[in-house]
Amino acid sequence: MNYDILLAGFGGQGILFAGKILAYSGLMDSKEVSWLPSYGPEMRGGTCNCSVCISDEPIGSPLVVNPNVLVAMNTPSLEKFIGTVQPGGTVIVDSSMVDIKVERTDVKVCYVPATELTSTDPQLKGGANIILMGKLIAETGMFTTDTIKAAFEKVVPAKRAHLIDNNLKAIKTGMEYNG
Amino acid sequence: MAVVFERPKALVDIPTHYCPGCTHGIIHRLVAEVIDEMGIEGDTIGVCPVGCSVMAYDYFGCDMIEAAHGRAPATATGVKRAMPDKFVFTYQGDGDLAAIGTAETVHAATRGENIVVIFVNNTIYGMTGGQMAPTTLPGQVTQTTPFGRDTNVQGYPVRMCEMLSTLDGVALAQRVTVNSVPHIREAKKAIRKAFENQKNGLGFSIVEILSTCPTNWGMTPVDALKRVEDEMIPYYPLGVYKDKTAEEVNK
Amino acid sequence: MERNLMKGNEALAEAALRAGCKCFFGYPITPQTEISAYLAKNMAKAGGVFLQAESEVAAINMVLGAASTGVRAMTSSSSPGVSLKSEGVSYIAGSDLPCVIINVQRGGPGLGGIQPSQADYWQATKALGHGDYQLLVYAPSSVQEMVDKVTLAFDMADAYRMPVMILADGLLGQMMEPVTFPEKKTDFIEKPWATDGHGGKRKHNITNSLYLKPEELEKSVVERFKRYDEIKAKHTEAELYLTEDADIIVTAYGATARVAKSAVNLARAEGIKAGLFRPITLWPFPVNEINEAVKNAKVILDVEMSMGQMIEDVKLATNCSKPVEFYGRTGGVIPTPAEVLEQIKKLGGAK
Repeated sequence: MNYDILLAGFGGQGILFAGKILAYSGLMDSKEVSWLPSYGPEMRGGTCNCSVCISDEPIGSPLVVNPNVLVAMNTPSLEKFIGTVQPGGTVIVDSSMVDIKVERTDVKVCYVPATELTSTDPQLKGGANIILMGKLIAETGMFTTDTIKAAFEKVVPAKRAHLIDNNLKAIKTGMEYNG
Repeated sequence: MAVVFERPKALVDIPTHYCPGCTHGIIHRLVAEVIDEMGIEGDTIGVCPVGCSVMAYDYFGCDMIEAAHGRAPATATGVKRAMPDKFVFTYQGDGDLAAIGTAETVHAATRGENIVVIFVNNTIYGMTGGQMAPTTLPGQVTQTTPFGRDTNVQGYPVRMCEMLSTLDGVALAQRVTVNSVPHIREAKKAIRKAFENQKNGLGFSIVEILSTCPTNWGMTPVDALKRVEDEMIPYYPLGVYKDKTAEEVNK
Repeated sequence: MERNLMKGNEALAEAALRAGCKCFFGYPITPQTEISAYLAKNMAKAGGVFLQAESEVAAINMVLGAASTGVRAMTSSSSPGVSLKSEGVSYIAGSDLPCVIINVQRGGPGLGGIQPSQADYWQATKALGHGDYQLLVYAPSSVQEMVDKVTLAFDMADAYRMPVMILADGLLGQMMEPVTFPEKKTDFIEKPWATDGHGGKRKHNITNSLYLKPEELEKSVVERFKRYDEIKAKHTEAELYLTEDADIIVTAYGATARVAKSAVNLARAEGIKAGLFRPITLWPFPVNEINEAVKNAKVILDVEMSMGQMIEDVKLATNCSKPVEFYGRTGGVIPTPAEVLEQIKKLGGAK
């Protein structure tokens, strides 16, 4: 198992949190993991990306340059990173935020209108990032839902425990989405 | 025969390096007498930064720290925060406190850092041989103002007590001098009050002491004492600029 | 032991708490601010002092004051802020005080940038402040090592009465990795030199770096350098990775060493005999260890996130016995394993 994951979008879309969930899931499965955010003066609205490595082996550079999994939550991110994806890699796109199609044929692309899906259910509000994680694990088999659940329980502070169910529902929504 | 005067125990019995006629000696004695009277030598840590008094660590009997130029209030902050039950004082000159260390002074004051600051203002840099200080008076000749301090070029002197008195963290800001016996008595009272403030946890107490530098002023010690009266006090009026204990009484 | 996932900066701060750090003084600067934020939240609970100073200059002098009293004290900053601390660090060294200084490096000179860099190697190992003195410098390469080295740094600082620096970078500070923590330290060495109030029980102690007589100053410096010699003899650390049969040795420290290790693995996968030498102590530089690492090599490739600073120590330590080539990115650009692999191949990387 060796995943080099790049998540990218606008600040405020939950890119870093989604990455954290993946990293914690790796931790739950006793894998080697690393999580590296892009950092800059901008807090919201600026571009944001996050490198996550999950492996059976110790992790060298934590900076993902050629991902085998790309999650793109806006058009500039997809345009910027699609050329860097390893052949045979998986690309998850929030199609409600991205108005272009991937031309490459050597990668698997899943279009999920994640942001749109959140508008129909108050429980999914703000959960587009997590819906995409659901699709990601369904496509790659990276983690079981039990592992994801354990990760949420570890990450979400006790006083916000009620959010765990919402997040798990978002995971399920993503896993079951077939567009 | 009755002993009418003796060296305070909190001063080490060795000769100092100060020039004849310099009032550092009197100020050292006053601080030491207050430490003796309060019986706190063993619980006191002094901080002396760069300046004529940098070697005061040899003279005071309590534990002493030599600090970088201007940094004594920061160093004293570190000491006091680590050891809140001890007495901490700094002993600083005008260049140190009012030029290179202004930020440290102002911020220690506004934090209400529970320390005593003894501020020796003699309107000149003594240790380096008589250059302009932030408190050098308009027209005063120094090595770096050979034609007299020109306020159009070098600006104006800083009145620290007045400035600091606006800060809420300051418990006491008082200007005194040691050019006469009554003034010396008054200075000692102010120093005692500053240490009492620290004991009572009231915050930052600064006692500014107008002092002499006969060597770099080019004066006899007697003329130097007269200069304090004639030239310094008019520009730096003596008095209490802030006193939390008085405010309490008036409430 | 439980593995936690933490940012390097936060893990380092937690490790400092567990090491018994009682006073932290800092000033905000990216990319190390999480250290301050973590300690602001947790220091008081642990019975210690967190204080945001008015400047880096004040912060390091607060460290001097606290360290004088014998408590464990720390400050942290990033490159431009560390420059400001240099005065105080020199005084701390001259006063023989223990303390820990963190530099989470960013690009320079000047305001530079905020992305990871290793351009302060010279500053840390040669010239942080004036005068004849050294810092003991650790260069962690993982979040776990941030924890391990800060723990060790406090012990070494106390044992040798000197400032110890952790030279990290923005990448190590910002990344999260699994980490485990040691138990909270409870046994500390005595500090009879501390200026903490003599209580009438001893002669007064003096914390001082001033010696007006040249012979006395010389004596104090020479005495200090004897301690440095002992550290050189006993406490250098390095990692040697696949060096035994290597034709080409990549030398790199900190975050760059991770990139270099990936490149070495890629090279090995292509049948190129590459290995990695990673100094963990930057001062003292691990001289014996590097000579052991390069003994069978034909060439050395030094890789840094700078224009080449450690390379001088690599050449000196190996006495130029092998050719030393260089590859660096600077300004906050992180080299990729592919770039380093290309350099390895360029150097022959004889199969």
